Amino acid sequence: MNAPVENLTARDFASDQEVRWCPGCGDYAILKTMQKTMPELGVARENQVFVSGIGCSSRFPYYMNTYGFHTIHGRAPSIATGVKLANPELDVWVITGDGDGLSIGGNHMIHVLRRNVDLQLLLFNNEIYGLTKGQYSPTSKVGTRSPSTPDGSVDMPLLPCVFALGAGARFVARTIDTEAKHMGPVLKRAHAHKGTAFVEIYQNCPVYNDGIFDQIKEKKTAADTRLVLEHGKPLTFGADQEKGIRLNRKTLMPEVVTISEDGVTEDDIVVHDETNKVLAQMLAGLKLPDFPEPVGVLYCEPTAPSYTDDFYQQRILVREQKGEADLNALLRTGHTWSVS
Amino acid sequence: MSAVEEMSNREGATQVSDMVVRFAGDSGDGMQLTGSNFTEATALYGNDLATFPDFPAEIRAPAGATFGVSAFQIYFGSDEVTTAGDQVDVLIAMNPAALITNLKDLVSGGLVVVDVDAFTDKNMNRAGYSNNPIEDGSLDAYRVIPIDISKQVLESVKPFGLSHKFAVRCKNMWTLGLVMWLFDRDRTATIENLEKKFASKPDIAQANIAALNAGHAYGETAELPSSVEVYKVPRAEVPPGLYRNTTGSDAMAYGLIAGGQLAQLPITFASYPITPASSLLHTLSQQKQFDVVTFQAEDEIAAVCAAIGASFAGSLGITSSSGPGISLKGEAISLACATELPLIIVNTQRGGPSTGLPTKTEQSDLNQALFGRHADTMLPVIASSTSVDCFDVAIEACRLAVQFMTPVILLSDGYLANASEPWLVPDINDYEPFPVSFADNPEGFTPANRDPETLARVWARPGTPGLEHRIGGIEKDFETGDISYESENHQKMTDVRKGKIEGIARYIPEQGVATGETGGRLVVVGWGSTYGAIHQAVKRCRQENLDVSHVHIRYLNPLPANLGELLAGYDQVLVPEMNTGQFVNVVRSKFLIDAKPLNKVSGQPFKIREIEDAIKSQLEA
Repeated sequence: MNAPVENLTARDFASDQEVRWCPGCGDYAILKTMQKTMPELGVARENQVFVSGIGCSSRFPYYMNTYGFHTIHGRAPSIATGVKLANPELDVWVITGDGDGLSIGGNHMIHVLRRNVDLQLLLFNNEIYGLTKGQYSPTSKVGTRSPSTPDGSVDMPLLPCVFALGAGARFVARTIDTEAKHMGPVLKRAHAHKGTAFVEIYQNCPVYNDGIFDQIKEKKTAADTRLVLEHGKPLTFGADQEKGIRLNRKTLMPEVVTISEDGVTEDDIVVHDETNKVLAQMLAGLKLPDFPEPVGVLYCEPTAPSYTDDFYQQRILVREQKGEADLNALLRTGHTWSVS
Repeated sequence: MSAVEEMSNREGATQVSDMVVRFAGDSGDGMQLTGSNFTEATALYGNDLATFPDFPAEIRAPAGATFGVSAFQIYFGSDEVTTAGDQVDVLIAMNPAALITNLKDLVSGGLVVVDVDAFTDKNMNRAGYSNNPIEDGSLDAYRVIPIDISKQVLESVKPFGLSHKFAVRCKNMWTLGLVMWLFDRDRTATIENLEKKFASKPDIAQANIAALNAGHAYGETAELPSSVEVYKVPRAEVPPGLYRNTTGSDAMAYGLIAGGQLAQLPITFASYPITPASSLLHTLSQQKQFDVVTFQAEDEIAAVCAAIGASFAGSLGITSSSGPGISLKGEAISLACATELPLIIVNTQRGGPSTGLPTKTEQSDLNQALFGRHADTMLPVIASSTSVDCFDVAIEACRLAVQFMTPVILLSDGYLANASEPWLVPDINDYEPFPVSFADNPEGFTPANRDPETLARVWARPGTPGLEHRIGGIEKDFETGDISYESENHQKMTDVRKGKIEGIARYIPEQGVATGETGGRLVVVGWGSTYGAIHQAVKRCRQENLDVSHVHIRYLNPLPANLGELLAGYDQVLVPEMNTGQFVNVVRSKFLIDAKPLNKVSGQPFKIREIEDAIKSQLEA
């Protein structure tokens, strides 16, 4: 029998399966942070369900000692929706990647976010197809050379957080594979959110796309390339938090400014409000080299009802109106006649 | 004797044993509503009946267009009725397009009621008439009742002050009133239906009722030709009990609810709209008071995946579509085979390939059901043979899915889904329950555990302490359920999955003979909705002392264990199908029997005559 929730440790959430990712894969770090965070969520192990599609990230459920379902390419959000419809008491996590979630599964991604099904959706973004050996993905930068684009990709990538907000996500966050201290609290926030919590995780693929997030991850550059979001705090960055994001009143465009230069004061810097969707949409679009890339909770609309709640609420109302279900009675409603 | 005199003497009404009536008009004329109300009145009257709604894919085709003609046919009689009838005795043609497209099915001497007001130059032109057929003698082979229906309707609804547009829309009810007079039907149920349908628009309701009554009164009082008389179709001799009408789609929906109850499981029905399968979603969506969750997914793949997710979570996942949608679900169905989760896939077949004939019927997805997935993914395939049979077959699909932890494909078709027939209402308490027992003991648990008899994999629900486990599409170790790429293990797992499905043959009834003898000169082997036509054809041939029997197959995979032996007892085997010959190939390859095909893919069900002719030429050959 399972140990009481309060006594669980990270080890309790590790399955007995040998982890099969490549050495140095960012997925190891994410797995470790997840296993470490799980005991802090206060949910019994048997009520946790991990659902994934296909790809490197989608092997994740095998390594979690919870219920898990490794499904088919791109369809994890749909399977997870079914799990949640059948049993809303379960705590459901969807693990997906940029190819799985945004290419083959793009349609389901739109709809799970639009519906606001109560689950956590973690998208490991390494901007490449790993498991099929390195083809470019829908998040690969233009010019990505890969087996299928030997002369460089020419199509525009999409930005996962912009996509999620566009689809109507009520919780959008971003974190980084190796930043356990940042990721842990983000996962907890995602878990606490009622509705679909979308978390993009910058994840390094050491084999096919090594180092694409180095600028953001490495200590010596991170101060200038990473915008750490905190609700109610100004959008500042830099070694001494001397830089910030200001909104140009004429163009309505964000711009990087330095406080105390050209008359810029701290008051000019935009203050992060995670309930502000317009701001979230702006933040989601910030990309290097012009802007630092935001991490943390971009958007959270805590009051939006989840699909699952509304769905069951409607059922309760209908049941109150219709009374007790009786199949024999149902079959005998409408125009019937007796033959003797 | 004039019609009026004859009317006053109901005892003298012409007695006939059966009748085929077809209502035909523009797709906006309300012919389906007219037909379903007439069906209800006919059922309440006590005739046996079968219906065939036949409508175009266009919701509102341009008025007067031949491709926009919507028809509803009903066959009713005092004897057993199992098809919607071969030839039409009474045709109601609301416009020239309806007349020109349906006249070929009218028996010579048949009655045709036409709305002369609709025979304008423009409408006749559009239908392809260069002369007015009512006047040029081209209808001389029939008994024509030309009535200025539109004018009559406008007159009858005048007191309600409707706009011309709404007033003319009562035309179908006026016509229904006339036909009800012709067959001595009671209008009460229709009046109740109209009051319910237009509860929020009492004016419209009353106008429709007035039109219905006016049509009826017209029959009673007008000087109709002397050949037009009230027909008396005696009540059918049927087993005693409480009856109702049902379409296959409704019976299927109720059967799925019943199946869930018998399995003591909630059901999760996830679907995506597609003709002609959507009505199942509509009916189930109205049943939230039961343990039924319905979900309209974003696409066919999401629908089957949500159903699979629900099954994983401990509900009975069900999805539904028609051929093209089933194609999209293929990969996910194989996942359900690999993970050995229960799942029901209802295919309401339609004319194909591709968009094909969305509103017409066909049986051409059998190969898809049997073989249409990647890899070795055998699964049970069963088919319903009548609208009423959809109830029992749905229950059976639930039983197979949960007892054997497998996806099950349930084949219906557009004809069964829409056609209605009287139903001796079943009592759910008469059905044997098949309650599911979920695993709950961590001792010795692995997700690979199987029932040694049925080979069904264990079902452990998330939320059960100590049974945390992972399943997925990667091949699993036979003993532990962990990922395994071992070659011998894959052979073993493939064999087990196959053996489990083949073994179902031990848990289904032996194949019986529907009509006729065990053994003989010829057996007609059918499956699905051809039941009615084959049954009548074989019955008629046997009345002529021909040695022919009818075997109708519900279990298409695995086949009943005795089927090969049974078929070998006949000299010849004839397999009628609404496809180019799919089941006939199964019979041939499985049993090395020289079965002969009889195929039809016109989008229309078989006529009794067509099968009768084939039987006779087969026996003469």
